[in-house]
Amino acid sequence: MLDLTKIRADFPILHQQVHGKPLVYLDNAATTQKPRAVIDALVRYYERDNSNVHRGLHALSMRATDAYEGARARVAKFINAADPAEVIFTRGTTESINVVAHSYAARLKPGDVILTTEIEHHSNMVPWQQAAKASGATIRYVPFLGANVEDGLDLAQLDALLTPEVKVFAFTHISNTTGTINPATAFCAKARARGIVTVIDAAQSIGHETIDVQAIGCDFLAFSGHKMCAPTGIGALYGRRALLDTLAPDETGGGMVVTVDYTGARWKPAPERFEAGTPNIADAIGLGAACDYLDTIGRPAIAHHDAALAQLAREKLSVLPGIRILGPRNGEPRGGLVSFAFADIHAHDIVTFADEDGVALRGGHHCNQPLMRKLGLTSTTRASFYLYNTEQEVDALVASMRRTLKFFGVT
Amino acid sequence: MSADLTELYQQVILDHNKRPRNRGKLPTANRVAHGDNPTCGDQCSVYLRLETVLGQPDRIAEISFDGSGCAISQASASLMTTQVKGKTAPEVQALYKSFHEIVTTGNAPEEISDLAAFAGVHAFPARIKCATLGWHAAIEALKSDPLVTPTTTETHHD
Repeated sequence: MLDLTKIRADFPILHQQVHGKPLVYLDNAATTQKPRAVIDALVRYYERDNSNVHRGLHALSMRATDAYEGARARVAKFINAADPAEVIFTRGTTESINVVAHSYAARLKPGDVILTTEIEHHSNMVPWQQAAKASGATIRYVPFLGANVEDGLDLAQLDALLTPEVKVFAFTHISNTTGTINPATAFCAKARARGIVTVIDAAQSIGHETIDVQAIGCDFLAFSGHKMCAPTGIGALYGRRALLDTLAPDETGGGMVVTVDYTGARWKPAPERFEAGTPNIADAIGLGAACDYLDTIGRPAIAHHDAALAQLAREKLSVLPGIRILGPRNGEPRGGLVSFAFADIHAHDIVTFADEDGVALRGGHHCNQPLMRKLGLTSTTRASFYLYNTEQEVDALVASMRRTLKFFGVT
Repeated sequence: MSADLTELYQQVILDHNKRPRNRGKLPTANRVAHGDNPTCGDQCSVYLRLETVLGQPDRIAEISFDGSGCAISQASASLMTTQVKGKTAPEVQALYKSFHEIVTTGNAPEEISDLAAFAGVHAFPARIKCATLGWHAAIEALKSDPLVTPTTTETHHD
């Protein structure tokens, strides 16, 4: 059990009113709020240590370098990477996936297949479409099952799709649109047995549950810091060392080279090879502080809490007239979010009404246009939960939905 | 319910959302354009028949829209079709200028009647694009070449 009073006191932003009502922040799948410990880490860095990292011989530069590399080691520990060098700092999930996709675009050839799924966020779909176009490879999608994706991905189809031509299998750990949890360890085992490289979009799982890249057995794992209490603009790409050193750098410039002459350059090994230019030092340190914060609370307890709130919300929402809820059924495992639609009320109207009640939701296609189209929807409303949310906030959500339905004459 | 929200969801808007006017494809259309609001997935296609009378500027003889979106975008497209019928392209542009003024400032010029219902939008800046989606599609349709297949145009960012 989480001590919600204590946790909520850690997040300064939660203690405000919106439109005269207490803020009920249920847009955590988009971004999470920041605890005082993370904000303090940023302030401390800028007030005391700010300097450029590496190559610096003065005290501040050495402190900044130690803090930056310390954050890398902290993130490596957070995901149980075998070596801190397997953690590359990026701007977030999107950049992480692009680094891998660009590199594979250069090495795939016609006849090769990139396998992904129909429930991916655009960030794990469009870069692979581009890689396929650039290389002549084919992109295939594991289909989902059920009119509302209630049965997750079609696992029988997955086996059939994992043919010898597949070189990369990229999939989301938890869907940001449906809350579907993919069995990442089983997927990676299947892929590994066939020599297929795996890329996991962990944006929606990283802040909620324990992630152990060695236990999962993935080759690459991408995530964003801002979805796990860290600042925006920082994230990471985990890559298995043996693979990372074979990847071409996505960006070139200073800091990532061993030697340069007027005809060319030689790259450093990972992680520097992928971190051209001055990195986002402060936010990397903030990410390290977020790892500390989440592990102090305990990720198994956070995972349990978030999923329980999503379950509760799903159950309470499911009795509303005309509601269509995506993803796992009542009582079945789901990530910490629930997304839903009403036949006659658009998500943007719902979100506007909820906002008036102080309830922050997200309405739209959730960067998943092909899935929406296949479901015959243009948008859904999504409530997503995190460690500071309460059961009372689930009630506030449901009350706000009832009020909106009443206004639009849906009974 | 707050005054802002009551102001936004005016009766005339709810009415047009529930019973949209001129909704559906127009078989006789000689101009068409499609508008997307990429942030929310709202879509609006506008079909119109421009009538050419020798020696006079082209006028919108018939107009319709279809698509999907929030109450604001659907009601605005519906009301737009009722307001621009019989008008020339410059007249539509002028009317849109007034409409844009209404949704961004909340101030409606005296001669504007029904469109003033959208004055409440100005208190919700995120919804301005919803209100202007149908208008953008109509203006694109007026600019489009005759008898073309539907084209996709991004809406402008107001």
